[in-house]
Amino acid sequence: MPEPYDPLQPGDKEAIAPTGAGGPMDLAIEEAESLEKTLGDAPGPSGPGGKARSLWSDAWHQLRRNPVFVVSALLIAFLVVIAIWPQLIASGDPLKCDLSKSQEGSAPGHPFGYDTQGCDVYTRTVYGARASITVGVCATLGAALLGSLLGGLAGFFGGWGDATLSRVADIFFGIPVILGGLVFLSVVTSTTVWPVVGFIVLLGWPQIARIARGSVITAKQNDYVQAARALGAGNTRLLLRHVAPNAVAPVIVVATIALGTYIALEATLSFLGVGLRPPTVSWGIDISNAASQIRNAPHMLLWPAGALSITVLAFIMLGDAVRDALDPKLR
Amino acid sequence: MADLTKGEREPILQVRNLVKHFPLTQGILFKKQVGAVKAVDGVSFDLYRGETLGIVGESGCGKSTVAKLLMSLERATSGEVFYKGQDITKLSGRALKAVRRNIQMVFQDPYTSLNPRMTVGDIIGEPFEIHPEVAPKGDRRRKVQELLDVVGLNPEYINRYPHQFSGGQRQRIGIARGLALNPEIIICDEPVSALDVSVQAQVVNLMEKLQDEFDLSYVFIAHDLSIVRHISDRVGVMYLGKMAEIGTDNEIYDHPTHPYTQALLSAVPVPDPEAREARDRIILTGDVPSPANPPSGCRFRTRCWKAQDICSTEQPLLAVPERYKGQNTLAAHESACHFAEERAVLAV
Repeated sequence: MPEPYDPLQPGDKEAIAPTGAGGPMDLAIEEAESLEKTLGDAPGPSGPGGKARSLWSDAWHQLRRNPVFVVSALLIAFLVVIAIWPQLIASGDPLKCDLSKSQEGSAPGHPFGYDTQGCDVYTRTVYGARASITVGVCATLGAALLGSLLGGLAGFFGGWGDATLSRVADIFFGIPVILGGLVFLSVVTSTTVWPVVGFIVLLGWPQIARIARGSVITAKQNDYVQAARALGAGNTRLLLRHVAPNAVAPVIVVATIALGTYIALEATLSFLGVGLRPPTVSWGIDISNAASQIRNAPHMLLWPAGALSITVLAFIMLGDAVRDALDPKLR
Repeated sequence: MADLTKGEREPILQVRNLVKHFPLTQGILFKKQVGAVKAVDGVSFDLYRGETLGIVGESGCGKSTVAKLLMSLERATSGEVFYKGQDITKLSGRALKAVRRNIQMVFQDPYTSLNPRMTVGDIIGEPFEIHPEVAPKGDRRRKVQELLDVVGLNPEYINRYPHQFSGGQRQRIGIARGLALNPEIIICDEPVSALDVSVQAQVVNLMEKLQDEFDLSYVFIAHDLSIVRHISDRVGVMYLGKMAEIGTDNEIYDHPTHPYTQALLSAVPVPDPEAREARDRIILTGDVPSPANPPSGCRFRTRCWKAQDICSTEQPLLAVPERYKGQNTLAAHESACHFAEERAVLAV
């Protein structure tokens, strides 16, 4: 990092006492008397009152220079934009299909060709981003909020609540993802994204809760928490002002990486027929439909699968970059 | 520093038989106590207004636990801490918060005692947010800048973050935070042991200056004997959760009567090679016993060259030794040993 640390005051090092009959301590103290007067005036490199950088803004400065972050962030920004306004780059209707064009290759205006039902693969791939991004973002938000709330409180207060929560989280960890999905989601008839989001939150929160619990336990043992307690601060203030800001970084990192895997999980569940259902447009559904035709019409599979891979990769790369920026040990 | 004698003033803090046992448990969900670490096991002392009481002892003897108990950061297993006659070990909620205005703490490690996500202004201003009655809202920024000035930092640093400061500057910020509420007592838990020697002197000087300025009483916990002697009016020596000997700095350093104190003092480095040759070096054998299973009787007996049968059966009390009782000598101070006898070991 280029800037933040102040150098020691100019005289600091010279005060190391020469050993003599008077004992080292006394001499050092006499010399220090004179040094003390100059101490307040040492300007830092940015000058007194100069721009102060918090740890967050330090992290942001580092992120901006990280090409991995820039690429993945631009990619995600693009994905989010087309998830909200797919008509910006795709003028067609993903549900308007023409069976006579079933499995045809690319044609003018339809660069990715047609699928088995004769729907335009390009339009469907663009519209598929919406489902994936919605599920990914909502499931991550849900899991992160639930997990960090429960894990944070358990870590902060400890005791039987902590023990109970940890065991409950273990139980949820024990549920096999695919089998659980097949069982839970096969009884749901809704065609919206919410059952899938709910299921992913249900399986995802214990991971976040464990991370949050661990980082809260680490943060609460710091002396500054004791110092605030010694000042008379209540639990709310300790938690919100001292523990949470210092414990949130690992949660952000894990949640960002989890977002990518949640998108992949949604596609997996949709592929298996228990995730999103038609008429919802989803990469997972398209991949599932195309899989059996891979030798006749590989383009039907490759475009949605490619879009899925790039999206997952973008979020995982973003998470990696954020972790590098937020973890001071890696600096 | 005024030369205070007992009885001249009322004690501001009285500690009586303070005990802290940390339970050792087994089991995950249903915990079963299988023993206890006796970190502090019956410590008593008085702190007078305006004085500095140094507490020394080796690592793990319970010094820091005493500090936490005095601050009510840990609940005492038993015993009392009277602040102006009021037992503070059982207080909670509002009453405890009120007492905390008057007893503050300076921590050992300046790198972990300041919240890295808060500016210096927020850190020093936090006491005012917690106790809004101390300073009205519009006044706080000015007060924080005053405090920065008092501890010798540039008041314009108010918007900076802790990682932009050196260790000595950070410790000054910690002291400013401790001073904010204008307390009467400051508990200093090894306030300079994480700093390098030149900066130690600056911080110790600052603390002495502040003591005169604000009429503070210090409990100064450290393992550096020279610093403790420099700053303290009285000194207590702890060993394995108990007070071994307590007295004024001259009584302890020049006329130690407890064998542990004598051994401890004989380990102080002497800068003069000739004096070093001549001095009486006591080398203890063995390790400090585990506080989970301390020796019976006198805790020091397993390493003491004077130990006899009585030491394993009878716990020596902290009192003026029989042989010096009523005598006008500096050796006549409280010492917890059956065979307390003066032995000068410090060759200064």
